[in-house]
Amino acid sequence: MSKDFLAGCRDQYDVVIIGSGLAGLTAANTLAKAGHSVLLLEHHYQLGGMATWFKRQNGHIFDISLHGFPIGMIKSCRRYWTDEIAESIVQLRNIRFDNPMFSLTTTFNRDDFTRLLIEKFQVPGERVTAFFDAARGMNFYDDQQMSTGQLFEKFFPGREDVIRLLMEPITYANGSTLEDPAISYGIVFSNFMSKGVFTFEGGTDRLVTLMKAEMLKNGVDLRIRSEVQKIHTERGKVTGVTVNGRRIGARAVISNANLKSTIFNLVGAEAFDKTFVEQAQTVRLNNSSTQVYIALKPGEIIDESCGDLLFCSTAPVFRTDLLLNRDITSRTYSFYYPRTRPGSDRCLVVSSTNANYSDWANLSEPEYEASKQDLIETTIAALEKYVPDVRIKIDHVEASTPKTFEHYTRHLYGASFGTKFEGLGVSRALPEQIKGLYHAGSVGIIMSGWLGAVNYGVIVANDVDSLLLKSSGSAPAVEAVAS
Amino acid sequence: MTTAEIREEIIDILENIAPDEDLGGLKDDVSFREQLSLDSMDFLDIVMELRKRWRVQVPEEDYQNLRSMTSTVTYLEPKMRDLKRA
Repeated sequence: MSKDFLAGCRDQYDVVIIGSGLAGLTAANTLAKAGHSVLLLEHHYQLGGMATWFKRQNGHIFDISLHGFPIGMIKSCRRYWTDEIAESIVQLRNIRFDNPMFSLTTTFNRDDFTRLLIEKFQVPGERVTAFFDAARGMNFYDDQQMSTGQLFEKFFPGREDVIRLLMEPITYANGSTLEDPAISYGIVFSNFMSKGVFTFEGGTDRLVTLMKAEMLKNGVDLRIRSEVQKIHTERGKVTGVTVNGRRIGARAVISNANLKSTIFNLVGAEAFDKTFVEQAQTVRLNNSSTQVYIALKPGEIIDESCGDLLFCSTAPVFRTDLLLNRDITSRTYSFYYPRTRPGSDRCLVVSSTNANYSDWANLSEPEYEASKQDLIETTIAALEKYVPDVRIKIDHVEASTPKTFEHYTRHLYGASFGTKFEGLGVSRALPEQIKGLYHAGSVGIIMSGWLGAVNYGVIVANDVDSLLLKSSGSAPAVEAVAS
Repeated sequence: MTTAEIREEIIDILENIAPDEDLGGLKDDVSFREQLSLDSMDFLDIVMELRKRWRVQVPEEDYQNLRSMTSTVTYLEPKMRDLKRA
């Protein structure tokens, strides 16, 4: 008989959370600390969602999305997780660019970018200052008509090289493009520019292990290999879920699953207003990715002058369609040195490229395998420019595709950065449609990446905490005062 | 709670949220953002802390009332005047 991953589960919780990405984990921890009973359900055998890792023979550990996030993560981890987690966050100091327009190394913060833009790109200082101030002053309530491309055109007309410097890393970080709203760019870019790029010392596995311990301490009921089939609603109110065929009741449900699969697959369009369904249908998913994972033989070292992150491209110009093209010209290498996991003797490289699901979904099995092999071969060949003898040092190599992301995260079309901007409004409007139903996860570009996901988890946990207090009825006197 | 006590509560919450800030010279009529480096997550933390400590609800449409100390205390006074500090 197969193992019952729900053994000992209660029949009713205050909150059921579907999915253990960073938003789901943070919402679970925040609500458990606030005293609510929380059940966290993850379909995979490992927690973390896209904040994940995998192990291979000879003790290699590959991180999927560890490099990197803005400094704001330190504050969020201290406040919503633990000091130990916050104190393990360290800076990545060598961010490199190499493309036909320019080659440079930077600490990727405002001071260094200002220096580069003035000295290397010959942009007037006051123009640089005005751009940074405009980006930093942007917030969610601003004009959403201007695109990122228009923002660049306003400050740096005709400067494709400057645009490339400013945009390429953000495209890597959250899949956004020149066509997306300027505010989504401004908010994310400013977060990074504040102090640079950061990572978690000890690797994603250590981070998620520490988070798991903290959640258990706070009383979260954690279940892996537990796939939710259905979110139940009754007369405009959420009542619970069916997971692994078992019905479990809840006063609130937070879905950390993909926004569109939450609405259309887990709940079902019939439970919502017609206009809301139409709105949800128009939400565009963000693109997916391919990655190539390269582990060197134990003890083989890559020189740290390669950088921590290297944005390299052979494309003459920076264009969205070129970034997604199957004929890859742009790759972002994350170099993982032994210091990633202190005490380790391993160097690993993860090459990431944004990709379209449709380019991979309809291949026959032999075509798919051949395409993966080609992806690996061309990536190693491209990497040889930076690590000349890498081919003879490799101990293990493999590739992931949009199909891989789809398999492990259950995201529609393997979306690796959630939805485009309009997804945020739909995500926030869910509880107005169905009382007690919430979504927290990568949406709207702003709420993506590690920091966006953690913070969105807190924002939604605050909404749920408020709802549970309102409907608890345990403090009528205070309710009267507070209303 | 008196308005002075509500002010003390807010100061106590701010001390937890922004431990590196000196709140001694805080001007009540000037916005928090002009004096302290608070972001939107910090304001959310004030809201969560008020709910946790006093079960006081501040709905999202009222967040603008938390602009300065004076506006915060004015807004919270009717919600908190019947509460007793331990």
